[in-house]
Amino acid sequence: MTINELHERLKAQFGDAVGPLSEPKIDPFATVKADRIVEICRWLKQTPGIEMDFCEDLTAIDWPKRNVVEVVYHLFSYRHRHGLVLKVETDRANPVVPTVEGVWKAANWMEREVYDLFGVGFTGHPDLRRVLLPDDWVGHPLRKDYQEAGGYHGIPSLRENPLVELRRLDEIRIAEQAKKAPPPPPPAPAAAPASPPAPAAPAAPKA
Amino acid sequence: MEKLILRRIDRNNEEMLVNFGPQHPSTHGVLNFLVETDGEVMKRAIPDIGYLHRSLEKIGEMVGYPGFMPYTDRIDYVAAMFANEGYALAVEKLLKVEVPQRAQYLRAISCELCRIASHLISVGTMATDIGAVTPLVHAIREREKVNDLIEALCGARLTYNYHRVGGVAFDMPSGWRDQVLRFLDTFDTILVEWDRLLSFNEIYIKRLANVAVITREQAVDYGLVGPNLRGSGMDWDLRRDVPYGAYPNFKFDVPVGHGYRGTEGDAFDRYYVRVLEMGASSKIVRQALEKIPDGEVMAKVPRKIKPEPGEAMARVESARGEMAYYLVSDGTERAYRVRVRTGSYLAMGIIEDISPGLMVADLVALIASLDVVAPETDR
Repeated sequence: MTINELHERLKAQFGDAVGPLSEPKIDPFATVKADRIVEICRWLKQTPGIEMDFCEDLTAIDWPKRNVVEVVYHLFSYRHRHGLVLKVETDRANPVVPTVEGVWKAANWMEREVYDLFGVGFTGHPDLRRVLLPDDWVGHPLRKDYQEAGGYHGIPSLRENPLVELRRLDEIRIAEQAKKAPPPPPPAPAAAPASPPAPAAPAAPKA
Repeated sequence: MEKLILRRIDRNNEEMLVNFGPQHPSTHGVLNFLVETDGEVMKRAIPDIGYLHRSLEKIGEMVGYPGFMPYTDRIDYVAAMFANEGYALAVEKLLKVEVPQRAQYLRAISCELCRIASHLISVGTMATDIGAVTPLVHAIREREKVNDLIEALCGARLTYNYHRVGGVAFDMPSGWRDQVLRFLDTFDTILVEWDRLLSFNEIYIKRLANVAVITREQAVDYGLVGPNLRGSGMDWDLRRDVPYGAYPNFKFDVPVGHGYRGTEGDAFDRYYVRVLEMGASSKIVRQALEKIPDGEVMAKVPRKIKPEPGEAMARVESARGEMAYYLVSDGTERAYRVRVRTGSYLAMGIIEDISPGLMVADLVALIASLDVVAPETDR
């Protein structure tokens, strides 16, 4: 089935909960209502002829201008070789989306990653804790307004550019050399005619 | 503070809690397992990852489109070519650039050589983890030859940075085709030797057959991809089923596990699928070298890469399965969002549910057979 056909069937089944398909930019997507995402996903997985058995990707995008976090679902069917992209919008200050862990087990770890890096809470998730960052990390790094705290338990995460430091040392060294031995005066413009090289002195006898 | 992972464990029983890793030779990088054991039998192994997290997705938002290419090498440094290709395909999809035929063939050749190199590491270290140290030396010897070939092609041995948005960086040097063919001639005999040396060794089979069985339904449900999915009996390969680049022009077998020496989906199936895939890759490289057309290796790409607003996803069949790049552009020179979906991350997710009832020594076989690479897990 093409994406348009899939979208029409989804629209016929769920009506208002499914938004229009985005303009066919490159990969089109449909935005659906957050509180019905589990129902929609289960229907997509179980309906004969659609059978989206592979939750290919589950991630999020932060949009501070629109004040939403979008959770993006890339679904695919191995049997029918068609795919669909769904999006769910949630409030930025208190992002909460129901979990689809009960539909695809793959969503378990991907939702944990979204929770870790975007701070989206998934209601009903059996094991929602940080996965890539330590438990006591402050903030969610993939948010657009994330500010790095500058360290973690005394381990600095920011440092001076080593090139800046090396350049400073270079300048000090050059200044000291100039102080010790002032640069020689520029050579005279008219060079004297080259004199024949002096014969080499005989080697000193070894002691 | 209390680690949240400990809340998952019932501390009031007789079972022992063992830290497996982060510095354990079989973890291939840095990852940690909390293993609850009752004697030799595991009750559960809970993975604790993130030791190699570098937030590459955030870096992708900070550097420009071409600037992220060297970083993709670091996503999976055992098979960096695929990460290059996937990212290049995603940006090309956003830009709607057509890649020249010769570049597509060179991409296929370099990727298949890289697949051989990556699978050699996988099967070699798997033998070491099980306790057979010798085969790794043979595997590394062959990998060195592949590395020499790739070095002649692009100048690097590990982090290649060979693919570019719109093509590849260099055409192949003169005489390179004969070098590759000479290598493949010996390599095909070495694969036979490898089967004699290791694959059908009775002790090896006993360690792997019927161990850590993942059924086909489980593999699909947990999002396993690549050799892990095919090892569970699912006949699916992106190169054949959703072809990209030059792959429609090649004929090759897709090895699928069917219980070669035990049950379908056991550790031996996942191992042996990789061995057979190396043979398939060798065939693809031969066909590609035969059919490669003349022409340019780079398309005309604007110097400032500034795609239209929109989003695109591109997939490649990496050595560790499907690798997908999801890019969102807002019309500027930097990507608004870069998402990398890797096979190893989802493979880690299945370990906790497969581990109950396994012996502790078989956990090593499970991890090795899933071919988990820590930097790809953590990104």
